[in-house]
Amino acid sequence: MKKKLLISFVIMASLILGASIAMAKDLTIGLKGEPTSLDPHFHNVTQNNQMALWVFDKIILQDSRQKLYPGLAESWTPVSDTVWEFKLRKGVKFHDGSPFTAEDMKYTIERIPNVPNSPSSFTGAVGAITEVEIVDPYTVRIHTEKPAPLMPRNFASFTVVSKKASEGKATADFNSGVACIGTGPYKLVEWVRGDKIVYERNDDYWGVKPEWEKIIVRPISNDGTRVAALQSGDVDLINFVPPADVKHLKAAEGVALYQSPSTRLIYLHLDSDRDDSPMVTDNAGNKIKNPMKDVRVRKAISKAINREAIAARIMEGLAIPAAQMLPEGYEGTSTTLKPEKYDPKGAKALLAEAGYPEGFKLTIHGPNDRYVNDGDIAQAIAQMLTKVGIKTEVNTMPKAVYFGKASALEFSLMLLGWATDTGEHTNCVGSLLHTYDKEKGFGSANRGRYSNPVVDQKLEEALVTVDPAEHNKIVIECVEAGMNDVGIVPIHFQVSVWGTKKGLSYNGRTDGYTLPYEIKAQ
Amino acid sequence: MLAFLIRRITQSAVVLLVMSVLVFVGVYYIGNPIDILIAPDASPAEYARAVKEFGLDKPLWEQYFIFLKGALHGNFGNSFVYNEPALKIIFDRLPATLELAFTAMFMAVFMGIPLGMIAGIQHDNWIGRNIMRFSILGFSLPTFWVGLMLIIIFSVHLGWLPSGGRGEPVEFLGMHLSFLSWKGLSYLILPASNLALFKTSLAIRLSRAGVQENLQMDYVKFARAKGLSNTRIIGLHVMKNIMIPVITVLGMEFGNLIAFAVVTETIFAWPGMGKLVIDSIGVLDRPIIVAYLLITVTMFILINLIVDILYSILDPRVRLGDER
Repeated sequence: MKKKLLISFVIMASLILGASIAMAKDLTIGLKGEPTSLDPHFHNVTQNNQMALWVFDKIILQDSRQKLYPGLAESWTPVSDTVWEFKLRKGVKFHDGSPFTAEDMKYTIERIPNVPNSPSSFTGAVGAITEVEIVDPYTVRIHTEKPAPLMPRNFASFTVVSKKASEGKATADFNSGVACIGTGPYKLVEWVRGDKIVYERNDDYWGVKPEWEKIIVRPISNDGTRVAALQSGDVDLINFVPPADVKHLKAAEGVALYQSPSTRLIYLHLDSDRDDSPMVTDNAGNKIKNPMKDVRVRKAISKAINREAIAARIMEGLAIPAAQMLPEGYEGTSTTLKPEKYDPKGAKALLAEAGYPEGFKLTIHGPNDRYVNDGDIAQAIAQMLTKVGIKTEVNTMPKAVYFGKASALEFSLMLLGWATDTGEHTNCVGSLLHTYDKEKGFGSANRGRYSNPVVDQKLEEALVTVDPAEHNKIVIECVEAGMNDVGIVPIHFQVSVWGTKKGLSYNGRTDGYTLPYEIKAQ
Repeated sequence: MLAFLIRRITQSAVVLLVMSVLVFVGVYYIGNPIDILIAPDASPAEYARAVKEFGLDKPLWEQYFIFLKGALHGNFGNSFVYNEPALKIIFDRLPATLELAFTAMFMAVFMGIPLGMIAGIQHDNWIGRNIMRFSILGFSLPTFWVGLMLIIIFSVHLGWLPSGGRGEPVEFLGMHLSFLSWKGLSYLILPASNLALFKTSLAIRLSRAGVQENLQMDYVKFARAKGLSNTRIIGLHVMKNIMIPVITVLGMEFGNLIAFAVVTETIFAWPGMGKLVIDSIGVLDRPIIVAYLLITVTMFILINLIVDILYSILDPRVRLGDER
């Protein structure tokens, strides 16, 4: 009797469900991550920054290739070496109807360093600003102590909140929606943690009119479930399609895939600083002087890696071999650097030349739940290195354990990833290659403690060179110096894949963000 | 009875204290949450600010005492990741997990026990044997795989049921429950079935064993001799006698269900506590981990207590504690 009841429940539920799918012009999308907060300044992390762009705008926006274009500012020019002038857009309204003015920009800049309990804030983006001068309601002058040629990039990193709606409010008020008032293309309707975020169209948006009336975002972290949700029609779009599912989804009816290269670089950081590196020994297991201090050994390691094979076999073609820290075509990228060719013979020759004809022993460490196929990549690299004589063991661990230990310099060869928020090279060089300098704030992710005075000097020079052409020239020289000296071993850039229902298209972005205005009906 | 309860409560307090110390120290040794949460290009100054703000620069014992002081007032601290009270975040997600757990338990009890009893009675024909085969599958197949299979079959191929998420909850007595609408029910069926599979198999095997044992007993022969109908013998008398082991085991398993529905919740994107805790462990959000584990331990203690009391009610021969 109970079983019969259950069966009839199932049938009735499915009939009703079938009827309810018929609603159109609304989208349901399944995203891999969920934001930790809807307060755009609380936590500088990808999911939060992505969702912030739905409700808020930046002073300067980034397009799908991370080139800057006017957002809440129509134009910006340096009026002196230490002053940038921003001309703000007129006629922009917040979701509560109040107008956007210079007061909101000033309030935003002042709020950022003062958000309580922020695990990671945007203070770095506004730290150099000494004064925010409001010339008139639509003109703002930003004063800095030293020349700041990259100030526009800083203003392309955080979003602007409404002074009226958020003054005196806390992060929790953003999460509940009370203070979550922006100028962006969509308004927040509600957020049920873990279940869904509901947005509706902002009909008064200053930019391109948003296409969709209502969008429901569902966080689905399990890769298999997310793909199944797309195939079953429960969602109209998903992000981060796992490489292993690309083949069968390409063949599936009713599903379309869209790719874009991303700025997520997967690379190796080598301990090039210490004489005594914890994970390095000779073939018999005795301690030796760290071979990776010699540039020939580092170059040999780079030559030993078959990037094409990793991209084709492990990443199923969804990776682009890398030569530097940004993909080609970006500002400040060298046109002469090319991905290191797979050359095991050359690697062995270099090792012999450096004094290690029999190679040595090493352990490679990496995360196993952070980057796409990170565990497999580490194992492949270990095998490739072993082939040229560097007998390598693999030790991968969850990211919760890995990053702390890596930053505490417990490892010698580390598999890591990096994605530049600012879309330009100085961010990468400054964090990865510049000598670790706590006061100046350089080398925060330089876990190999690489140190090259030429790289340091050129980077610091570029950071105060305001003329864009000159700035890029110095940046390119700096990057070439660092890469030719193998400060890090770049491996590849990940390719992001989005899946949609047939009839929709997604304009892939190199920052990997899923934004509503990139979703178009065909 | 009173002495028994007081003794129990004291024991429980000690268990909770020891548990809190273990978890605190354990999470501390895994690593520093700031390393995971901070933006990779943050300056060392920014890193230091975050560490100070979360009190992670203090020595471990000092952090623990701050926590203990707060806990005695019911404040388990703010989550590092969400910056809201850890207890509030957990209790927000509790109804969803409870709903899932209760439904799974309901299925296990009302499908597993009858099936098990049938298997016990019909143990030498194809009905009984197939029920037992099903129960073996229920034990051995991993929840993770079964969940994905259910989604692929019922959602992708047949399109009958949604692939995940929770349906529109309906407000009832101040709680948001999703099984009160047909649509909500459709979202609940697959994850509840997934979760219920193991418990159902458990219930089947326990009931079957119980029935087989009891059918041999004298009181059954006596009842038959007296002329009682089969339905009454089995449906009433045998059923009561098999309940003790079944309730004991299912009671403990219920605690398991609530605490560890993690896999099912992750696969079906069900917004419950389990998913919250696994995510929090991944980023070392210590306040949530500690709060969650303390709540779980409390729950187990309570269930243990209820089972013990029920036990003494069901079986008059059993005495609690030191009653003489």
